Amino acid sequence: MIDVTTLTLKEVSTLLSKKQIKAQELNGSFLDRAHKLNKKLNSFIAITDDVAIKQAKKVDELIADNQKLNPLAGIPIAFKDLFSTKGIRTTAGSKVLENYVPVYDATSVTRLKDVSAVIIGKTNLDAWGHGSSGENSDFGPTLNPYDLTRVPGGSSSGSAVAVASGACLAATGTDTGGSIRLPAAFCNLIGLKPTYGRVSRYGIIAMASSLDSIGHLTKTVYDNALVLNVTAGVDEFDSTTSTQKFEDYTKDIEKGVQGLRIGLPKEYFEKLDPKIKDSVISAVKTLAKLGATVIDDSLPHTEYGVSTYYIIQPSEVSSNLARYDSIRFGFGREKFGPEAKRRIILGTYTLSAGYYDAYYLKAMKVRRLIRQDFEKVFKKVDVLILPTSPTLPFNLGEKVDDPLTMYLSDIFTVPINLAGVPSLNVPCGFINNLPIGMQIVGPDFSEKLLYQVGYAYEQETKWYQNKPKL
Amino acid sequence: MNYKPVIGLEVHIELSTQSKMFCRCSADYFGAKPNTHTCPVCLGLPGAMPKANKLAIEFVQKLGFALKCQPQLSSKFDRKSYFYPDLPKGFQISQFDLPFSQKGHLEIRTGDQIKKIGITRTHLEEDTGKLSHATINGKRVTLIDFNRSGVPLMEVVSEPEMQSATEAKAYSQKLQQIVRYLGISDADMEKGSMRIEPNVSLRKSGDKKLPNYKIELKNINSFRFAERAINYEIERQIQILESGKIPHQETRGWDEKNNRTVSQRSKELSYDYRYFPEPDLPSFNFDQEYFTKLQSQIPELPDQKVKRLLRNYQISEGEAILICQDKNLADFFEETVKVYKGSPKKIVNWITGELLRRLNETNQSIRDINLLPAQLAELLFMTDQNKITNATAKDVFEKMIQNGKSASELISELDLTLISQKELEKTTETVIKNNQKAVADFKNGKKESLDFLIGQTQRLTKGKANPALVRQLLLDKLES
Repeated sequence: MIDVTTLTLKEVSTLLSKKQIKAQELNGSFLDRAHKLNKKLNSFIAITDDVAIKQAKKVDELIADNQKLNPLAGIPIAFKDLFSTKGIRTTAGSKVLENYVPVYDATSVTRLKDVSAVIIGKTNLDAWGHGSSGENSDFGPTLNPYDLTRVPGGSSSGSAVAVASGACLAATGTDTGGSIRLPAAFCNLIGLKPTYGRVSRYGIIAMASSLDSIGHLTKTVYDNALVLNVTAGVDEFDSTTSTQKFEDYTKDIEKGVQGLRIGLPKEYFEKLDPKIKDSVISAVKTLAKLGATVIDDSLPHTEYGVSTYYIIQPSEVSSNLARYDSIRFGFGREKFGPEAKRRIILGTYTLSAGYYDAYYLKAMKVRRLIRQDFEKVFKKVDVLILPTSPTLPFNLGEKVDDPLTMYLSDIFTVPINLAGVPSLNVPCGFINNLPIGMQIVGPDFSEKLLYQVGYAYEQETKWYQNKPKL
Repeated sequence: MNYKPVIGLEVHIELSTQSKMFCRCSADYFGAKPNTHTCPVCLGLPGAMPKANKLAIEFVQKLGFALKCQPQLSSKFDRKSYFYPDLPKGFQISQFDLPFSQKGHLEIRTGDQIKKIGITRTHLEEDTGKLSHATINGKRVTLIDFNRSGVPLMEVVSEPEMQSATEAKAYSQKLQQIVRYLGISDADMEKGSMRIEPNVSLRKSGDKKLPNYKIELKNINSFRFAERAINYEIERQIQILESGKIPHQETRGWDEKNNRTVSQRSKELSYDYRYFPEPDLPSFNFDQEYFTKLQSQIPELPDQKVKRLLRNYQISEGEAILICQDKNLADFFEETVKVYKGSPKKIVNWITGELLRRLNETNQSIRDINLLPAQLAELLFMTDQNKITNATAKDVFEKMIQNGKSASELISELDLTLISQKELEKTTETVIKNNQKAVADFKNGKKESLDFLIGQTQRLTKGKANPALVRQLLLDKLES
């Protein structure tokens, strides 16, 4: 008998629809694996057996009744613990919310529940999404399944590890400055940071509202498109969602890259591990071989990305964390960890009278320039390819006492959030048995194109078949 | 030393939309069980996001037009950060540099004087929850009711251009009147749906510069208290200035029991609200077409109505102003004019006399009572026809308001129709026969005796006689 936990979402979905496996049985296998590995990897804050079994049973009934179901029906999905789940404790990875049980579901949760996806657990993260390694969690760090001495990347650390280790088939994440793409790169996964406004933020504990993008991690590009098909779209509860229409993201996914213009912005190939640079360049060559044209390009304001980000993001963080006063729910402010405190103080300062113009307002102006860089470049090329991380997955503890170095882990991801455009992390090889990822970045609402490019490359390389040895 | 008060007003008005400013909860919280009109948004739960109420925005823009403000083509919401337990998010969604309307004016009248008061801005924000302090199981606790949290709140800020409590009162009343004409709020001071915060300071007569301090007055729940608080504050500040000191910049509350203002909070350190654009709400861009449509929905406003009533009916300006205080009253007047074919002046006399007297006594408005324009018209018509006396008409009017019956119904029920002349002649004969002494007195020149005889006649007819006719009949008989 096959081990379902080694399969892709699409493969499992086919087994379910062909009645070759029951949803209960399937989810039982994933729950078992989640429990077994969690002791080692700490990817879950909660594994929701009862909820999952109940939902799976319902799916079996629907299948027995020959109902037409979404491919995600019965599929075990984990949610980053920033997603409000009605009746299921939602901690944001912080002790402040250790006892907080939401009374409502985030829109993404509702949409996934509506297509009968199964909630298998809530995943670990850097508290409030603050971090690039997963080490800022108040519930202990999550370990990289490819090397237990290394970090899995953050802040969606638990979601990445849960998928990479075969504890579920997809997991949601949030990406404010790289929090989906970095862990996807460190864990050999497809990670989507959609266009700002493509997926509703309603019900997801906010980090920096003008930057937060809601995405997910999967083993393959196709799987990723299946999830976006459900989560994308305008939400009446989130005024910043776009009314822009979209069609099935899996349609024409095999279109290929013939005639596609790929841009390589030089600023992204200067300060990084040379081996990572080689891997990304080699991936670009693969795409060229498949028919794409490669064009050297430039995003001149890239160097201001991190400093701009570290003004805007803490400003909004300081405001969004103001509600955690323990009056209506949760514990008191003394439970905030050092990183949250650091950002509250930074943000309070940059929004203060007399400093606002010099910091926040100035940063917003630079942000506009960064966005314009992308607008200009997308007149010449269809997509950009960039490295996701300047380094390989680093050692646990290596950067945890040096916030500035930690912040620089996001040097290649934050400009994309500032611009609001979509980016897909696609695995592009291994160095010393550690995964490497690249970003395929496109103009607003070009997710479909990103999937086509990612799919073409994935079919050539199939890095996703390279599983961690656990 | 001679001082001149410098008074500006900040007025908060809760808008009467069905739902709250940023969620679907009912905004009609008055008297509701605590925390029943709440949801993740107005409770500030993690992950909840605001969605702006379009109608509330239209309301504040309509007021902007009524206050002759410039329409603002672009606008946005901002976060105003401060900590207070009744503010669930730790910030209030408000407006900082791009309010929906700014730079207008309001015309007020005190006595015969008309004055324009500048309007700095009108903006939209959300109301807070409400704290109450109680002792439960021997423990002193503070309870929070979030029903009010997120109710649309409009703030109207005036320029510091008022110079007396009377002007401030006239300004507030005029603002309330306009808001009610627009139908955007009940603007009820007692219920707290309209809150006045006067800023009061004094400068030497002739000084052009604004004083270097300012006292903000709060906790005022009636126009009367606003007037008293300002007057008290002017006196208090004069005394301080006379002693060579400068009043301490602070917020003071009105203590209605002791008729004085009391210090609430020192405002020497101005708050840093750390305003920044609300990232959860996209900014707004309005076009001329939108404003034109909105403007076309603005009803006739008080000043226009007064002018039109003056033009169309033969009534005095004072009467027109009095009637137009309440739009419903003015509507009632005009409806009555349509039904009643007699003089509008007569209707006005009834409205400003009998009707308003009664309404003021019971502290009601025309909407609170059962009175239709046709009912008043019929009553007036019957007096014109000499079917009832004026005195009877007043009694009928009172009963009409109490039970909603028509004048003719009441008159026949109560047997109040004037008796005929023939019958009256008989009665006067009886009166003359039974009061020979008075008749003799009258004939001997004591003219007051006639009043006595009229009184006797009215007594016998139970007031159903036309007084002029009684007098005439008696005189005819006495002098023949």
